[in-house]
Amino acid sequence: MKTLIEKLAIASVIVVSAVSAHAGTITVKGSDTLVILAQKWAEVYMGKHPETKIQVTGGGSGTGIAALQNRSTDLCNSSRPIKAAEIQKCLAAFQARPREYKVAVDGLSIYVNEENPVRELTVEQLQQIFTGKIRNWKDVGGADLPITVYSRENSSGTYEFFKEHVLKGRDFVASAQTMPGTAAVLQAVAKDRKGIGYGGAAYGAGAKHLPIKADDSSPAIDPTEENVVSQKYPIWRYLYIYLNPALDKGEIGEYLKWIRSDEGQRVVKDVGYFPIPANLREK
Amino acid sequence: MPHRYPNPKRPLGWMGMQRGHRARPLEWVAERFILMVSLSAILMVLLIFVFVVREAAPIFTGRMNSALIKETIPVEKMDSLSSRELRDYLELTPEQFAAMDRDTLRLMMEVKAEAMNELPEYIRDDKDARVNTTKWRYMLLPHRWTGYDSPEYIWQPVGQIHKYNILPLIIGSLKTTLIGLLFSVPLAVGAAIYVSQLARPRVREVVKPMIELLSAIPSVVIGFFGLLVMASVLQGIFGYETRLNAFVAGIALGFAVIPIVFSIAEDALTSVPRSYTQAALALGASRWQTAWQIVLPAALPGVFASVVLGFGRAIGETMIVLMICSASVVSWDIFDSARSITTTIAAEMAEAVQGGHHYRILFMLGTLLFVVTFVSNMIGGIVMNRLKSRLEGGKA
Repeated sequence: MKTLIEKLAIASVIVVSAVSAHAGTITVKGSDTLVILAQKWAEVYMGKHPETKIQVTGGGSGTGIAALQNRSTDLCNSSRPIKAAEIQKCLAAFQARPREYKVAVDGLSIYVNEENPVRELTVEQLQQIFTGKIRNWKDVGGADLPITVYSRENSSGTYEFFKEHVLKGRDFVASAQTMPGTAAVLQAVAKDRKGIGYGGAAYGAGAKHLPIKADDSSPAIDPTEENVVSQKYPIWRYLYIYLNPALDKGEIGEYLKWIRSDEGQRVVKDVGYFPIPANLREK
Repeated sequence: MPHRYPNPKRPLGWMGMQRGHRARPLEWVAERFILMVSLSAILMVLLIFVFVVREAAPIFTGRMNSALIKETIPVEKMDSLSSRELRDYLELTPEQFAAMDRDTLRLMMEVKAEAMNELPEYIRDDKDARVNTTKWRYMLLPHRWTGYDSPEYIWQPVGQIHKYNILPLIIGSLKTTLIGLLFSVPLAVGAAIYVSQLARPRVREVVKPMIELLSAIPSVVIGFFGLLVMASVLQGIFGYETRLNAFVAGIALGFAVIPIVFSIAEDALTSVPRSYTQAALALGASRWQTAWQIVLPAALPGVFASVVLGFGRAIGETMIVLMICSASVVSWDIFDSARSITTTIAAEMAEAVQGGHHYRILFMLGTLLFVVTFVSNMIGGIVMNRLKSRLEGGKA
């Protein structure tokens, strides 16, 4: 009996060491918004550097940052800036501030149904619609129909960004339908004449992307690349990668440098986000 | 030679050597193995329960503080703090604290003060920012938050001020579960009576496995079907406002509950002694009368058990409700949306900071769910025993 246990113990040690021998792999975890882009980066980079292995998973920005704190990932994708409370957790875990790289620009589109006659909305109106102050389309120039608000799960970075920047910290209306992903929001709005939702400008088909006015007097702006990158379009954000600064060298450092290079930023465009203008990239 | 069973009171002895006239080491091993499996099952249940309650404990004891604005201590005063005070202030575990040098601690204090400065202006004068929202008062009773016109039950755990009122979730869970049961129990029990009592054997052989096959459909698939097809079809029939609502979720939930209720109720009905049926038929009762008035009452404890298990399945089901509707409204209208407790846990756990107040609240909800299922099963057991003893003519 004892020898069996010993054998098992030895076997498990072998398995564990075999797994940790794979530590040459770069693991990337975090934002679901960034997951397609991160996979594409990894694919292109691995095509050029076959010796590097990159593993990408999603889960949400907060999940990625938590993984960074547990050191279960090398790089963390995030669709929002890291919070002070999270920096604190990182300090507790690896005694350093996580290093931040801006890696792409994302414009948030407002989706409405193709049949919706509304042409444009102001940020103020958006706030009132999503907090439930405006509940009928006729108040914003549409048909006399109640508004169905589609939102994201509160674990999403997009949700937090929208709440902070468009709703100015106010709560979403309680009847807002929370959908498990941007594609689900888009799909719901495509089927619902009364629906309104929000999500990445990169997600295209199915619904109308409304032009948005920053305030009453400014012109309505479409969420196109030119408008988002030049910051004319009012609802946009940076997408980030965070990592433990101690790891920012060797293979990982090279990879991050490549992401910030022209070549890496070209990939951003292929996936539907917008590249960071060259003058704003971290060196 | 007649076979003799060993005296159960006699010790088995090592490897079953002393048992009867022949040594049966294999039986002994199998018996021990089964015992170990059942013990470990009990242990697992206990461990899970202890884990869930332990994670939720700070909520129950009121040791959590989710207030946004807390006192900050200026970095210069660092030396005047005892190491215990400093550790509590920085919310570190003893091991983490021991691993840190002075500079890191200093940095942590700076970041902590920074976190307060990072807050936008509008929130600093907000009286709600100083409220500890994990108190029972805020979790169960309506509160008039800044920006609202009246006291309301609000579940908005993510944001500057964490609003943790659990009432919308409890209503959501009950609403979808009840709709699911009201839809599925009559259908499932009716089908069970038909299949076990009235159907011809040929029909039964087809219908029974088909209904039981429903349980082989993963709940994600049912949820997806509900989201895309049922929601539109039902909206066409009933013409309600919100396309994705508790009614659709309840009906979809019903499909997950039907096979469970059906197969247990059918077993119960089939296991009613044939002599009952034969006696009733011999006395001139029709097949319908026999099924309704003799067999169903005799099988009532089993049918009841099936409903209790169906309830457990419905209230614990996550995926279907998560996919179809998840708005945390306080409303008993079945055509409004709903957000169930399970949905909340599944959707929010991944993002909740481990050990934070959101995380603890989710575990508190888990404990609640555990207790509800446990109590409902217990009540089910008691009622079942009562019914059984009454039917068998024992003491009621």
